[in-house]
Amino acid sequence: MRKVTFPHMGVSVHPLTVLLQELGNEVIVPAEPTAGTLNLGTKYAPEFACLPLKITLGTYLEGLKRGADTIVTSGGVGPCRAGYYSSLQKRILESLGYSFDMIVFEPPRSHFRQTVTNIKQLNAARLSIASLGYLVYRVWLELLALDRLEAKLHQVRAREIETGEAEKRYREGVAAIQSATSPRAIKEAGKEALRFLEATPQMDRPEIVKVGIVGEIYVLLEPAANLYIERILGELHAEVRRSMSVTGWTMDNAVVEGGGFDVKKAAALYLPEMVGGHGQDSVGHTILYAKEGVDGVIQLAPFTCIPEIVAKGILPKVSEDYGIPVLSIFLDEQTGQAGLRTRLEAFVDMLRTKKLRKRAVA
Amino acid sequence: MRLYLGIDVGSVSTDLALVDEARRVVAGVYLRTRGRPIEAVQAGLAEIERALPSGSKICGVGTTGSGRYLAGAVVGSDVIKNEITAHAVAAMDFLPGVQTVIEIGGQDSKMIIIRNGVVADFGMNTMCAAGTGSFLDQQSARLGIPIEEFGDIALQSKSPVRVAGRCTVFAESDMIHKQQMGCRIEDILYGLCQALVRNYLNNVGKGKRVLPPVVFQGGVAANKAMKRAFEEHLGMEIFVPENHGIMGAIGAAILAAEAVGQGVTRFAGFRVAEAHFETSGFECQACPNCCEIVELRKESRLVARWGGRCGRWERFSESEAFPAS
Repeated sequence: MRKVTFPHMGVSVHPLTVLLQELGNEVIVPAEPTAGTLNLGTKYAPEFACLPLKITLGTYLEGLKRGADTIVTSGGVGPCRAGYYSSLQKRILESLGYSFDMIVFEPPRSHFRQTVTNIKQLNAARLSIASLGYLVYRVWLELLALDRLEAKLHQVRAREIETGEAEKRYREGVAAIQSATSPRAIKEAGKEALRFLEATPQMDRPEIVKVGIVGEIYVLLEPAANLYIERILGELHAEVRRSMSVTGWTMDNAVVEGGGFDVKKAAALYLPEMVGGHGQDSVGHTILYAKEGVDGVIQLAPFTCIPEIVAKGILPKVSEDYGIPVLSIFLDEQTGQAGLRTRLEAFVDMLRTKKLRKRAVA
Repeated sequence: MRLYLGIDVGSVSTDLALVDEARRVVAGVYLRTRGRPIEAVQAGLAEIERALPSGSKICGVGTTGSGRYLAGAVVGSDVIKNEITAHAVAAMDFLPGVQTVIEIGGQDSKMIIIRNGVVADFGMNTMCAAGTGSFLDQQSARLGIPIEEFGDIALQSKSPVRVAGRCTVFAESDMIHKQQMGCRIEDILYGLCQALVRNYLNNVGKGKRVLPPVVFQGGVAANKAMKRAFEEHLGMEIFVPENHGIMGAIGAAILAAEAVGQGVTRFAGFRVAEAHFETSGFECQACPNCCEIVELRKESRLVARWGGRCGRWERFSESEAFPAS
């Protein structure tokens, strides 16, 4: 039986584990990245590589040490170098003496054959197409439920009376969703978890501001990679809207032809070219957030990320044209939160003063 | 007299300011932090107490700077604010209508853009301390010039030399090269000021529109040559407040006055200056993050704990606050 591991990315870990297990594999479940993971990745990664490469490399090493013989990951198309990371990481890990299979999923609409071969390699249980479809449906429902619950957490946390209560309820809800197995039970657990989370004792705070988060996908979706920025913002009474989720990204990139059309259209005036990664999305989402009345936008990116550097150069113009403040934060190996906290506090302060001032005038 | 105290605990200096209800500065203290923020705060408090006019009362305390949480726990503060907000508040009080604030301190530098009396944008130096006070300190020490005289000497320059401004390492080798060629000290010093101005505007001020009036504050604003280099580069007059070195503390004091209003302050009193504070640290073993947790104890009573990522240590019960006997 294959022993499979994969990158740790936010809420997707449990659904992917279920998927791979049901296909007949043993799963070495990746642990939430920690300082230890980053140290491991940094030790063997090229110095100039970006944070996602270093963290995922660390995760793979942790998995291989625990006996994994197969790594499942995504590839990537377009000019972002992350598309080559799977090949690079494979070489690094092999040079360290590990032998394993690396199964890389590219967007299925352009790499259909390869996708089928990959699935065959992982489908040790020889599930029929129908069972496979059912399994994917079930996992998708779980992902959707977890994505929705996380988005709700970002709303509730800004209003909770007792710090930490919303997250406690969120974790209980996550556990309930994860233990449900039938589609029906997953849907029920999802609804119940939402209700339970909404019932967190809250207070109506006039000072609440809405902050949109845009940027590179890995640092956006993996809280350990962004120093838990959503929690910090929530505790500052900022309601977080995140431009990307696992289900949203999958729909846009793997399923629907030319997905994310609204975002690309919004960005077109400023950045008509696909610059790789999520550079164009960062510009487009900022514009959409401005139109939706979000108070400010935070761009999150790994240090040295070219697509986001391109976006960063364009965002001041968007910010000026749409009157929406933008704060760019580049994440690297530093683990101290102090500098980040200072910037976030100042940013939220600024949005709040502006909002209260505007309200007083109106 | 009702007075408000602001404390700015920065990496290099710890500043305290006492302001009255009309926001006039009654007393100011500037101390080196020297890696011991609690002692610096206590020494500052003692100095403030000596300067306290008779019949006056501290009605509010605000803390700011990178050590704001520590200082807040030590003195008992009514408001704990980030230094960007504090600096902006002080600059607007000094010059209502200010649109740009240039702040250069020991380890960091920031630019704050203000429009219609509200902070509209800000930038802080990242990754690199080029263009901050520490580098000026280091270079004047290397040249054997007291930092206080740096500005006056540099202002005598007639033909400043070109110094690379992107990186302090490059700047230093450039300066040494020019010095060995025989360039005059004042020309090298003023060249350095110009390089720092370019570095600041390119890094911290990137993409921001500098509109007048401009206020220049922070420890480096004491350097007259830096002021002139900014004026020449931007082509506009730069205003340096008299209390430029303690603007963060002044801002914190103003914020404290606003926060307390007619309420009661949480200030623990001047005896804090004599109290025995102790910090201790340990590595949390709950997960591989191995966060370094720091505990602050006042007369052996636990008053604050921080440093964790997950928040499990920050909250503690009354029973935990006292040491097991």
